[in-house]
Amino acid sequence: MGIVETKNLVFEYIRRDEEGNVEGITRAVDDVNININQGDFIAILGHNGSGKSTLAKHINAIHYPTEGTVWVDGKDTSEDANLWEIRQEAGMVFQNPDNQIIGQVVEEDVGFGPENLGVPTEEIWQRVDESLRAVGMYEFRKYSPNKLSGGQKQRVSIAGVIAMHPKCIVLDEPTAMLDPNGRREVIRAVRALNDVEEITIILITHYMEEIIYANKVFVMDKGKVAMEGTPKEIFSQVEKLKSLRLDVPQVTLLAHELRESGLSIPAGILTCDELVASLRAIKRRRR
Amino acid sequence: MLRDITLGQYYQTDSIIHRLDPRVKLVTTICYIISLFVVDNIVGYLLAGLFLALVIKLSKVPVKFMVRGMKSIVFLLLIALIFNLFLTPGEVVVSFWKLQITKEGIRQAVFMAVRLIFLLMGSSVMTLTTTPNQLTDGMEKLLGPLRVVKVPVHEIAMMMSIALRFIPILLEETDKIMKAQMARGADFESGNLIKKAKSLVPLLVPLFISAFRRANDLAMAMESRCYRGGEHRTKMKPLIYKKRDRLAYGAVACYLVLCVVCGKILL
Repeated sequence: MGIVETKNLVFEYIRRDEEGNVEGITRAVDDVNININQGDFIAILGHNGSGKSTLAKHINAIHYPTEGTVWVDGKDTSEDANLWEIRQEAGMVFQNPDNQIIGQVVEEDVGFGPENLGVPTEEIWQRVDESLRAVGMYEFRKYSPNKLSGGQKQRVSIAGVIAMHPKCIVLDEPTAMLDPNGRREVIRAVRALNDVEEITIILITHYMEEIIYANKVFVMDKGKVAMEGTPKEIFSQVEKLKSLRLDVPQVTLLAHELRESGLSIPAGILTCDELVASLRAIKRRRR
Repeated sequence: MLRDITLGQYYQTDSIIHRLDPRVKLVTTICYIISLFVVDNIVGYLLAGLFLALVIKLSKVPVKFMVRGMKSIVFLLLIALIFNLFLTPGEVVVSFWKLQITKEGIRQAVFMAVRLIFLLMGSSVMTLTTTPNQLTDGMEKLLGPLRVVKVPVHEIAMMMSIALRFIPILLEETDKIMKAQMARGADFESGNLIKKAKSLVPLLVPLFISAFRRANDLAMAMESRCYRGGEHRTKMKPLIYKKRDRLAYGAVACYLVLCVVCGKILL
């Protein structure tokens, strides 16, 4: 069994009108079966309302399944006794950087998680220093969070999660409110955690550029897993992605169009370098 | 414009008073305020003044910072002064029209003014040398025993520190909403008081909605980081009394004894 596994997961919520009468039931997650292994870098894609955030909140036991089961490290999330262990093992980073920082000083915020876990004082300091170093925010430890940029705030949030020594981190659109620079900073920090600390990463996003580093991608649509595979496999199906209302990175799109018009370019090109290389190969062959 | 507001004007420097445990400072301030109402003669006030001067000197906070704080109470001070001056019965010194200034009145007025000034200065020494965070920490620890009678001490302290954390964020947000509404022709400045108050509605409604949304997000973020109230919680920066804190308590005790002694001798 992997670090995160779901079986026939269904989540429904009741829609109500202004007077509180039931209008209908929305199925936000519909029969999802996924299995994530320790050390994986997973990306979950989907347009707004596809159920990707709802799915993420199941991993941290914020939502409980209506039907089916979610296991985190072999523990059933719907059992109350497992709640705090699951929340420690599966950390969560949210979208808005301002609304998840509790401390008035960076280091105090990072220490918030370990404090809640009842870690002894000296070890808290050790963990805080380690986590801030891991995301490259150690020099800012005495700063007020209000003085940091969006990308820096998100890195502080990530450090706050790492300090709890989780086995996996769920990032729910962590870059949606950031500028391109902040986005790059955050993704770099996340990749480093996956490479160096071997923490399982589950990145929820709608930026295609961010998923090329993943080793497995799930594409969600209307609460179901619509596509599953490596980034290459996913991006070789440009037409299907378009039908799911998702944008494809410009390079991939260009390669796809060239392929459609008869050039012999392999499917699923993800980076500029790859495209240049394959174009050069064609040129050499024509000479 | 709104960002200029600073709450709890903390003066950043390194002094023995800054390094004292916040609990010591809270207790001292309370003791000092009580002592001001206990003493009732010149020697007592001299003593209180000396104590205050010593603390200010030790705190390395420039006196002009303290004086700036006084400006806000000038009006209050004047009212107290005038009422005491004219309305205290006793031996008449000067009288004109229907008003009389008595000997007792002068004495009362001067003491009242000195008392108010000392009171404000004394408490501003505390806020100037203690960060709001330390203050909430100190309060949580001091009021800890109240938990026995079911007072949610930890929760109150947590609420205070979250409120402090969100003040700058909400101020910035107010600024943003104000500009957005002004860009669409809202007028916040002209008109009488009622009109002005009415014009604040399009500012307050979005602000409240956003504050609730933030609160919801924050609660979720706190829960996902295993927050479950004050129990089983350890402290990253625990408050532990050091030698200087014990000495400070000793000094305060001496001061209180002296105050009581002065009162006894001269009365």
